[in-house]
Amino acid sequence: MDIVITGLVLGGTYALIAMGLNLQYGVARIMNLANGEILVAGAFAAFWFWTAAQLSPLLTIFLVAPVAYVVNWLIYVIILRPLVRRAKSRGQLEVDAILTTFGLGFVAVGLMLAVMGGDYFSYSYLSVPVMLFGEPYGLNRIVAFLAAVVICGALYLWLNRSRAGLAIRAIATAPASARLVGIDVPRLSARAFALGGAVTAVGGALISTFLTLDASTGVIFTLKALVIVIMGGVGDVRGTIVAALLLGLLETFVAVLIDPGLTLAAAYLLFVLILLFRPQGLFGRRTT
Amino acid sequence: MKRRTLMHLAAAAVAIAAAAAPALAQDALRIGAVGPKTGPLAGGGAVTFWPNVQLWAADVNARGGINVGGTMRPVEIVEYDDQTNPGETIKAVQRLATEDQVDFILAPYSTGLNLAAAPIFDRFGYPMVTHTATTDKVAELSAQFPNMFFSLGGAQGIATGVVEVLTGLRDRGDIGNRVAMVNVADAFGIELAGAARPQLEAAGFEIVYETSYPLGTQDLSPIMKGAVAATPDAFVAWSYPPDTFALTEQAVIENLAVGAFFTAVGTSFPGYAGRFAAQAEGVLGVGGVHADGAAFQEYAARHEAVTGAKPDFWASAMTYSTFQVLEQAIEGAGTTDRAAVAQYIKDNAFETVIGTLDYDENNNNPAFWTVGQWQGGVFKGVASTGREGAVDVVVKPAWQ
Repeated sequence: MDIVITGLVLGGTYALIAMGLNLQYGVARIMNLANGEILVAGAFAAFWFWTAAQLSPLLTIFLVAPVAYVVNWLIYVIILRPLVRRAKSRGQLEVDAILTTFGLGFVAVGLMLAVMGGDYFSYSYLSVPVMLFGEPYGLNRIVAFLAAVVICGALYLWLNRSRAGLAIRAIATAPASARLVGIDVPRLSARAFALGGAVTAVGGALISTFLTLDASTGVIFTLKALVIVIMGGVGDVRGTIVAALLLGLLETFVAVLIDPGLTLAAAYLLFVLILLFRPQGLFGRRTT
Repeated sequence: MKRRTLMHLAAAAVAIAAAAAPALAQDALRIGAVGPKTGPLAGGGAVTFWPNVQLWAADVNARGGINVGGTMRPVEIVEYDDQTNPGETIKAVQRLATEDQVDFILAPYSTGLNLAAAPIFDRFGYPMVTHTATTDKVAELSAQFPNMFFSLGGAQGIATGVVEVLTGLRDRGDIGNRVAMVNVADAFGIELAGAARPQLEAAGFEIVYETSYPLGTQDLSPIMKGAVAATPDAFVAWSYPPDTFALTEQAVIENLAVGAFFTAVGTSFPGYAGRFAAQAEGVLGVGGVHADGAAFQEYAARHEAVTGAKPDFWASAMTYSTFQVLEQAIEGAGTTDRAAVAQYIKDNAFETVIGTLDYDENNNNPAFWTVGQWQGGVFKGVASTGREGAVDVVVKPAWQ
């Protein structure tokens, strides 16, 4: 029971990390390697508001989300849209986007270093135990998990129940055909990218309550997000959630029952197995 | 009219350049500084290394510079970010030596980057007074690189310090025999755990829980649960700053009841007390300083005034002290000749903010702090290999 809860909570954290990238890669077709930097920026905002004004990270996210949305929308419209226009094929766009966002990541790290210095930003928020089934858990982790449930649930419902969601799924499935049925692909792609950025930044704000970050830790989260998105299947919210939970459970199982030193090895073994036997990801569609 | 304005402008520009030049270009000592501003060690570098570079340059220039054979020469720092990448450290040192042609180079930050840069320092003949390199291979390294100096101690010394502190607590009847020990699975953690294990066993301790975890592990609660289940009397973690913070937080949440709680790098950071406040009381960590000493307090006040940040209670003062060693050696040798300065460091003892630094025949500083403890909001040295000012260790109170 203990392992399951710890694993699910960790999985929720992973879902927060990966959900934004899934929207950006799956819908807007931008493999955003600066994703982790957005996450760190969100974490920094939470840290700053907490230390400067004692503003709870749970309130900060309502500030972080719209700001991150606008910033990411601008990034997409100004920097990435020309790439989309220019690209002759999906492959070319992917290469261009990877190179561009790789560079953007460096710019973001530099900006954050200039603004907040290279020091760790670590603070204590809700780091009190809560008892679940007789075992203590950090309240901040539980809160982040609940937020992940809310965010993922809302995204899932929105994508599957609303008209805009339907259009976004159409773009994720077949961008060329989506245009033919009257979907404004460029506009919705920009929105999906911006939304992905907002989700990532909110995730960062929540994660900062229990992880210690600094300006250059973004790349760790980009990598984790990448693994989860590819495992789950590109462009599928369910896939990301399942893959994130699976990874969280697996790492906790290995840490508790075998050896904490093997968690990374186990995670990447799972990744390799999925790539070998289901290269399109758990919920991904086989590409022709 | 137009031409005249231009002439005036040009004249003004020349005048400004002429006024500015002597202070900078002609007689300034150019000092290179390489270290991580980005990458995994950026956080540690931002606390321990870079502020001291800034502080030292400010202090020296406030005095009018370094006295080189009768001329006061201000220092001018040339900085490079090595991205925590040993290859970049080497490239930056090479660039400092050949392109920037600096007079001296400050040793980089952290054990790994120092070891990587040692051959290139050696090739260009720069004295390398390391401040944050902890290694047990001092004799071999100084034989290979005769101008490399070691200040912060080695794994054996630090492990011995921890075992001594635990033994002291046990002999006082404050803790029992059961020790849980964890380490981060990288060079630092593996070396320290390897050094501590036989020493703990030789001292009669029983290691009831031992494990390692990968660098960057995002959930350390399984480890803390494992440690709690083993009901230890003491907890020892050879950890890096992010996991130091995470392990402490988990220990509070899981209510790990131990009489001695030790975490390694990061425990001595001012941010640790900032985050855990009263919970930090009694926590042991690697390092320490003579926190009640006038020299440290005066240094800490200047550090905060000049850089806006507090120094940590371990390697910060050591980092600044090695810069003082370099400064005093240049003044003592009366020249910028690198071989002469290196020889001066070998032959003399230096008064620094950490106390006297006197390198032995292996270029090693034998007297260093090994263990400190948060007591009343200050991280005080409780064990060292011959430093003055250690305070008595106290038993860890329960988490609040």
